[in-house]
Amino acid sequence: MAILVIAEHDNKALKSATLNTITAANKIGSEVHILVAGFACKGVAEQAAGIAGVASVKMADSAALEPQLAEDVADLVLAISGGYEHILAPATTFGKNFLPRVAALLDVAQISEIVSVEGPDTFVRPIYAGNALATVKSADLIKVISVRTTGFDAAGTGGAAPIVELSVPASGGKSSFVSRELTKSERPELGAAKIIVSGGRGLGSSENYHNLLDPLADKLGAAMGASRAAVDAGFAPNDYQVGQTGKIVAPQLYIAVGISGAIQHLAGMKDSKIIVAINKDPDAPIFQIADYGLVGDLFELVPQFVSELG
Amino acid sequence: MKIVVPVKRVIDYNVKVRVKADGSGVDLSNVKMSMNPFDEIAVEAAVRLKEAGVASEVVVVSCGIAASQETLRTGLAIGADRAVLVETNIDLQPLAVAKLLKAIYDKEKPQLIICGKQAIDDDANQTGQMLAALMNCGQATFASKLEIVDGKAIVTREVDGGLETLELPLPAVVTTDLRLNEPRYATLPNIMKAKKKPLETLTPADLGVNVEPRLTTLKVVEPSSRKAGIIVPDVQVLLNKLKNEAKVIAG
Repeated sequence: MAILVIAEHDNKALKSATLNTITAANKIGSEVHILVAGFACKGVAEQAAGIAGVASVKMADSAALEPQLAEDVADLVLAISGGYEHILAPATTFGKNFLPRVAALLDVAQISEIVSVEGPDTFVRPIYAGNALATVKSADLIKVISVRTTGFDAAGTGGAAPIVELSVPASGGKSSFVSRELTKSERPELGAAKIIVSGGRGLGSSENYHNLLDPLADKLGAAMGASRAAVDAGFAPNDYQVGQTGKIVAPQLYIAVGISGAIQHLAGMKDSKIIVAINKDPDAPIFQIADYGLVGDLFELVPQFVSELG
Repeated sequence: MKIVVPVKRVIDYNVKVRVKADGSGVDLSNVKMSMNPFDEIAVEAAVRLKEAGVASEVVVVSCGIAASQETLRTGLAIGADRAVLVETNIDLQPLAVAKLLKAIYDKEKPQLIICGKQAIDDDANQTGQMLAALMNCGQATFASKLEIVDGKAIVTREVDGGLETLELPLPAVVTTDLRLNEPRYATLPNIMKAKKKPLETLTPADLGVNVEPRLTTLKVVEPSSRKAGIIVPDVQVLLNKLKNEAKVIAG
């Protein structure tokens, strides 16, 4: 039986989370189909067709799907769900939004945020902010699964799958799109970045957050993140938040500046390859998981770090 | 307008969980339990709508063991008017909870249901969306702003790229994110008053809902812990380690 992966995209380009989800799908079985639902999204469908391990791309192109409302995406997935035993989406705000609707309409459980595939019906998922890993087995005929992207490598290119156009049901009109305010940034996507510079309450203000961390992120070509405390205090926008209920990241290098290391924050970054912590409090919990800790005044240490980078 | 707020009893967010030695789950004996923090935000949002004269009644609902009554009393102390407990000892999974809440919706006919976006124990992030699907109505997840204007919900959502605003006809389901509000502390007089507010107890059978689990947990283990790192004396040493030892910065 084929596996359906719902692609995340912005109608122009595929989001990297889709690539990790395709790798998870390939661990379950070989015939992976991708659904690209959006508006004027032919370019995205072509991009999806070029990914290794993709057998077919289903494209649903309609003005009504431009905002990718949860109700409409779920109805579309439901309409094409016959013939699939597994339906996967990335566990991002996109996937988390519509996928449980699909599961409920199919009357099956959803298996959230899997980090490993143990078999066609058995998966590992973190619970309790990643402080425990549960192996769960589904008794349902159809498995609806969201994939934690840090658990799987990104699929490569080199595929040449055919693109099939789908007819699109009319929008149910259960919600309507009003507006979107996207954070503008030239930096890498937080979820896919190799290096992340992340700031916490210790920075004290939005000006300090940017004056200190922007140059460091520029030098390292890094994405920027923040703790919940820093976002709540308005130092950084909401989509910078790393943690249990924000973004889950696992870069090569995570630099935590002025972050004490609450359990909820650690849950979002403890799978990073190397963790650096800069904090004035030697007892901060972040030092218990950091590979390299630097105790001292971040207002001196960070600019020094930037100048040493040359 | 009536608002229903589902609330869940979970391990307190400050407690460090311990995995049981036999791998059957996490140890919840003698552990502090509290209302799921996102549900607290949901109750606060509903109570504020009542205080603003938009809502007429706030009903808190919990599904689970008898001790969930405490969680409901917390909701009543924040300012909800009455409570419903759907009592069962069966381990409830999100689909079962969504079905129970759909039955409550059919009974109570609220215009708005405000859920926490995720419970901090199973981290599933499913129930609100499933409930909206079963109600065949619209949803706005991860809300950071909620207004009721001309009989519609205007909701700003926290999404990966920033913020998005949706408009929903009622009834609708909204799930809360962290920045929707800061829940108040329940005052002692309100905690006392909450003890006298009505609390109705039902069972899944009363609601005609089958709550048998669909997922079986085979085992629960602790994740591999990171090995302790080192404290470096200065920036030069740090940079040297990152370049030559960890090799995560080009040398």
